[in-house]
Amino acid sequence: MSAEILTGLAEIVNEVAGVPVGDVQLDKAFIDDLDIDSLSMVEVVMAAEDKWGVKIPDSEVKNLRTVGDAVTFIEKATA
Amino acid sequence: MSGPLRVSPAVPYARIMSVGSYRPERIVTNAEVCERIDSTDEWIRERSGIVERRYATKDETVCDMAIFAAEKAIAAAGISAEDVGAVIIATVTHPYPTPSAAAEVAYRLGTNRAAAFDISAACAGFCYGVALAQDIVRGGSARYVVVVGVEKLTDWIDLTDRSTAFIFADGAGAVVIGPSDEPAIGPVVWGSDGEQLDAITMTQSLIDFRDNGGERFPTLSMQGQQVFRWAVAEIAKVSKAALDAAGITVDDLDAFLPHQANMRITDAMVRAIKVPDRVVVARDIATTGNTSAASIPLAMDRMLAAGEIPHGGTALLVGFGAGLAYAGQVVTLP
Repeated sequence: MSAEILTGLAEIVNEVAGVPVGDVQLDKAFIDDLDIDSLSMVEVVMAAEDKWGVKIPDSEVKNLRTVGDAVTFIEKATA
Repeated sequence: MSGPLRVSPAVPYARIMSVGSYRPERIVTNAEVCERIDSTDEWIRERSGIVERRYATKDETVCDMAIFAAEKAIAAAGISAEDVGAVIIATVTHPYPTPSAAAEVAYRLGTNRAAAFDISAACAGFCYGVALAQDIVRGGSARYVVVVGVEKLTDWIDLTDRSTAFIFADGAGAVVIGPSDEPAIGPVVWGSDGEQLDAITMTQSLIDFRDNGGERFPTLSMQGQQVFRWAVAEIAKVSKAALDAAGITVDDLDAFLPHQANMRITDAMVRAIKVPDRVVVARDIATTGNTSAASIPLAMDRMLAAGEIPHGGTALLVGFGAGLAYAGQVVTLP
């Protein structure tokens, strides 16, 4: 399941910010490693909400530092 | 009673007859803004698309700017000020709760005691005004209505606040709305979401400032990410609903003129609504900043004058801002 989420998330990050799909790895930080700024992060979150039918409130977004954090959150939310 | 009440004769359709605008002379670059906030030209361009904006002078009032824009719109409509039956001013920066800016503007324009009132719908104000004016004309309450979006936001922002100082600016745009033989303003899709009152608000009320003092005069504060998320998700839906209500699709548009909130919001909305490349999208924010209620008519006037969008073309307008309030409608360009 987490591999599928990672793939889906990588596609979203690629579409929103043009980051190569292969760069989106679990240990990468959105802001520091992938150069995703706060507004792009909001777009990534919104696309993830649509794709997996989950709710990611603004208060939670700041806790999603790495790609792995986001995958874990989505995994739990869809479990 | 001797018979049924007489009512105003209705007019089938209304249209935007003309547009006029006013940009203050002084150009303020990102470098100048960065003298007071910890930021850079590159950061501001990336986050907002803003390269420069205009600031009014200290003596230039909301009413002064509104009059400059309205005079141009009235002249372009081929009518005289005496023909104007109502003046609606959309603004949140007129410094008097009463009397209205519209009463002063109606008088100084030389109207014949036109009905005059202000509306407070922030960045949605211009589209609210167009909706009201269309109903006034169609209902027969006035033949010609002047709608002005005008803001002097520099009076109400903290120029040292790095979350707002680079965004907001000053300016005015006006249209004349009058009767039409053909449909030229689609149904308005509008509303508000008071659950998000805090997303864009003032740091305190003027009364609290008077009673409790404190160092900070009330200024605008904004939760940028919250607004961004709302604008991209909800305003895309409002835009689609406005197209549906007018019985057209995004492919029928010549122009998309959203409120100039932030270039990133415009970009995300264009993606969400799937605006075709052929449709010209307003990106006036680059050199104008976010002028709230004034941004749509400012963009419309510049783009028409530059020949970027066609007179008589079909445009989608959508305004959104503090409240959170929103309004969108399809119009035929003057």
